[in-house]
Amino acid sequence: MQSPMHSDSTFFSRQGWLSFVVLAAILLLVLPAAFDIFRLNLIGKYLTYAFVALGLVLCWGMGGILSLGQGIFFGLGGYCMAMFLKLEASTPEATKIQSTPGIPDFMDWNQLTELPVWWQPFHSFGFTLVAIIAVPALFAFVIGAAMFKRRVGGVYFAIITQAVAAIMTILIIGQQGYTGGVNGITDLRTLLGWDIRTDDAKLILYFVCAALLLGCVLLAQAINISKFGRLLVAMRDREDRVRFSGYDVSNFKIFIFCLAAAFSAIGGAMFTLQVGFMSPSFVGIVPSIEMVIFCAVGGRLSLFGAVYGALIVNAAKTSFSESFPELWLFAMGGLFIAVVMAFPNGLAGLYREHAEPWLRRLLKRSVARPAVAAAANTAN
Amino acid sequence: MIGDYTFGEFTSILAMQGFAGLILFSVFVLMALGLAIIFGQMGVINMAHGEFMILGAYVTYICSHIVTEYVPGLFPVYFFIAMALAFVAAFALGVLVEWGMIRFLYRRPLDTLLATWGLSLILQQVYRSVFGAREVGVTLPDWMMGSIALTDMIEIPINGLFVMALTLIVSFAVYFILFRSAWGKQVRAVLQNRVMAGAVGINTKRVDALTFGLGCGIAGIAGSAFTMIGSTGPTAGQLYIVDTFLVVVFGGAGSLIGTIASAFTISQAQSTMEFFMSGSMAKVLTLLTVVGILMLRPQGLFTLNIRR
Amino acid sequence: MRDDVPGNTLSVSRRTLLAGIASLPVLAMMGQPLLASDYPTATVNTTGLAVTDDTVKVGILHSVTGTMAISETGSVQAEKLAIEQINAAGGVLGRKIEFIQEDGASDWPTFAEKAKKLLVQDKAAAVFGCWTSASRKAVLPVFEQYNGMLYYPTFYEGLEESPNVIYTGQEATQQILAGIDWVVKEKGAKSFYLLGSDYIWPRTSNKIARKHIEKLGLEVVGEEYYPLGHTQFNSVINKIKLRKPDVIYAIVVGGSNVAFYKQLKAAGIDLAKEKPLLLTISVTEDEILGIGGENMAGAYAMMKYFQSLDNDNNKAFVEAFKKMWGDNIVIGDVTQAAYLGPWLWKAAVEKAGSFDIDKVKAASPGIELTTAPEGYVKIHDNHHLWSKARVGRAKLDGQYEVVYETSDLMEPDPFPEGYQ
Repeated sequence: MQSPMHSDSTFFSRQGWLSFVVLAAILLLVLPAAFDIFRLNLIGKYLTYAFVALGLVLCWGMGGILSLGQGIFFGLGGYCMAMFLKLEASTPEATKIQSTPGIPDFMDWNQLTELPVWWQPFHSFGFTLVAIIAVPALFAFVIGAAMFKRRVGGVYFAIITQAVAAIMTILIIGQQGYTGGVNGITDLRTLLGWDIRTDDAKLILYFVCAALLLGCVLLAQAINISKFGRLLVAMRDREDRVRFSGYDVSNFKIFIFCLAAAFSAIGGAMFTLQVGFMSPSFVGIVPSIEMVIFCAVGGRLSLFGAVYGALIVNAAKTSFSESFPELWLFAMGGLFIAVVMAFPNGLAGLYREHAEPWLRRLLKRSVARPAVAAAANTAN
Repeated sequence: MIGDYTFGEFTSILAMQGFAGLILFSVFVLMALGLAIIFGQMGVINMAHGEFMILGAYVTYICSHIVTEYVPGLFPVYFFIAMALAFVAAFALGVLVEWGMIRFLYRRPLDTLLATWGLSLILQQVYRSVFGAREVGVTLPDWMMGSIALTDMIEIPINGLFVMALTLIVSFAVYFILFRSAWGKQVRAVLQNRVMAGAVGINTKRVDALTFGLGCGIAGIAGSAFTMIGSTGPTAGQLYIVDTFLVVVFGGAGSLIGTIASAFTISQAQSTMEFFMSGSMAKVLTLLTVVGILMLRPQGLFTLNIRR
Repeated sequence: MRDDVPGNTLSVSRRTLLAGIASLPVLAMMGQPLLASDYPTATVNTTGLAVTDDTVKVGILHSVTGTMAISETGSVQAEKLAIEQINAAGGVLGRKIEFIQEDGASDWPTFAEKAKKLLVQDKAAAVFGCWTSASRKAVLPVFEQYNGMLYYPTFYEGLEESPNVIYTGQEATQQILAGIDWVVKEKGAKSFYLLGSDYIWPRTSNKIARKHIEKLGLEVVGEEYYPLGHTQFNSVINKIKLRKPDVIYAIVVGGSNVAFYKQLKAAGIDLAKEKPLLLTISVTEDEILGIGGENMAGAYAMMKYFQSLDNDNNKAFVEAFKKMWGDNIVIGDVTQAAYLGPWLWKAAVEKAGSFDIDKVKAASPGIELTTAPEGYVKIHDNHHLWSKARVGRAKLDGQYEVVYETSDLMEPDPFPEGYQ
């Protein structure tokens, strides 16, 4: 299972740059032009899952570590953002009907009379931005260090992360005075005084989200082509040999797991901003596994595939569930099975095997307008 | 805590809590045994395990209806027929799934996880389309309900006893099949060295299919038994999945004794803690402890000494 | 599993037909069907809702898939029935209601997404939907931002009052207080054991119950929460046996419900003996289907509606419901509340003489419904309903026998003073 991305020592191969430009064009030009703000906001939501899928490409596709708990990090990032927004929305004026004005409404309902200490720092936007990355990364570090240092891997790791996701959900739901419980943190209005619920704000947030995603793709690619990226793949395929060559495998694994967590957290924070709330239903086992499927459908070895996978699966989910809610689960289940059985490298693999050779032939024939053909082909 | 009660009450607490723990233990073993066989012996992660259990539950539901409709005389004992049918149904589906899906994936354990998750989604929707989204109630014969009063404080639920007895029988049956029968010898041979097992003439494919089927069949029995204590609905299977996996992993894959020991530890820990604190916190603490211990001892409680 | 054989379909349909005709005079009392021509579209719809000369579009937004589909199915059925009946009686301002059904898929952001679609894209004049508090909390900002109308059917914890929502179910005090007073007075209950699934509704409801119990000078001997989906209740049952409360006050929901009642019965606590007595606010006739009547018989539920209510409105409603959805169906409290939604909306629109959301909002307080299956209801200024509280005792066949109803309507009080 070798990835063609490694065939070139430059940052991207020519093909890679082309793919990146096409992706950027689709995200920044085609989609905003083709859809109204309602649909675009939905696409923005799908893109937040693409962050998670991107992280999974690194840690599962490249590193061979399957985490079934990416929802934890998505949730932590989202909750950090939601805490900041909730504090901003809970001004003493806005909450004057409460018995303790100035604290979030759900705290008031649970007889809290002052803001818990660990909520205090979230008054600061700077701290929140740091926390969005740092909290999930730190948590991932703790889990990763404990497991990888003891050489827990593969299936065990998957199941333990799954259990951690279950624990998180129960904790968040149980500690409702501090977390908003099963309802989550809702009714978020403004970011530093800027109303995030207007159409203009949604448009801007979409572009911020898309730009961040493209940035993450570049970062992931930088890792991919680095020596570290190669070690990662080596480690996935023959862990022992890497270890015997004198490398500390566990540190690599911890790092890549933390990075994937940070990506997920950025996605979570953007999710909160675009959707306007955060709830424990993104933390649990089911969403975590769904996120893995986004990555698998796109292609677990392809950064671009992950983005397209997240977009396509979610778009299919929305349109299917609008017209045939019952068929949706069949389709989703079938997709899982088909991806695993028939095309383990996902859409990216299909593209590479079928579309790319065809495209190359086409390119040779008409050198005149290559970009147009490529764009048309990828858009399909 | 103790101060509130008399000595007599306190001993009753201990007895009843001990018994509650034993019931939970039996439930865990019944849930986990099928999974332990599949995961431990074959390295396959079956995320659809819960759905196989619910298949057993629905078979029991259908049985109870057919029996009340056509042969009401059999009603007091229909549960045994239902369990046998649940086993057969889950076994058959298991063999089919192994044949159609799992056998292509033995080299990719993480992928079996995804594929069986897909299967679980499909099964859930099938249940919903066939039986409706609502939960169904399974009527039990009268003798299986109620309890035996030992003293006026200590009462033993009959269905609890039933589950315990069933667990014992199933465990011994599994032990016998795997460790005392010729077929079991083949299963273990395939586990230890697939190529060599093939070389000495064992039909490894057939062994795989039957092992997977056996694991699923036991899940079917478990599901059938759980109609006594739990709910039967399209998504009820997911309630069990985390607990089940933790029990198996905690016990150490590949070791059935380990599974039983871990079920015992987790169930006792949980039911003891539940007595002293709220159920939510007890659950979180139990899971945290298990995860914590697993971090210190990733191979689980018991393990076969096979180096991968 | 349907037991209607071809032979008796004729009689069934004739019977229901007669019932349908019998209910017509009730409808006629509400006035002659209005003619669309008297209400030109340009005047009744000044804000661009999906209203034409002969149709009006509304949304139905519930979970058809996922874990909540179990509970929400009944609400969908009730809302469709109400819409069909309204159309048969001439529609709203002479316009036929067309509904667009969306699936929330038991997933809160999906609810928000679909709510937005219904309001922004479909321009629905009203939306009937949501079930869990979490889904309502998720869609609430959407309804407030895009100015839509939501009719929310579930009994819930209160602590909310939005101009864009009509709460057709009870808030917690309406559901709980009268029932507790009743067990204290009639059954002489002195001590209570509070138990619930671990989320906001049981916790808030138990808080209200605890305050009320303590105000009455009585004792709460235990309070406990279990995670959603928990299936092992033996430990808590042991604790209950030790503390020997007079009343187990249980708000267990979903799959846990079934496990709890089965294990209670198995542990030798026979609810029919009422020692201890079991009081719940989370088990309607719908849930008993899964739990099994034999496990539930003797338990008391505090609701505003039971299928067995003996009045003409309810008889016609039950008959029509069974005709539309099959004879084996049962109707729970929330299902009835969901049925009220379209009727309340119709009344408000016709009072306002307009589909405009702001006018419907303004017209809503004071709207009465004399044809409600639960009897008479009226919308309070806080957008909740005045309704009676009732206590039912579960029977073996899965139905409740009404043992008590308040003589007056209970005032909805979503932010109860002294209970927080």
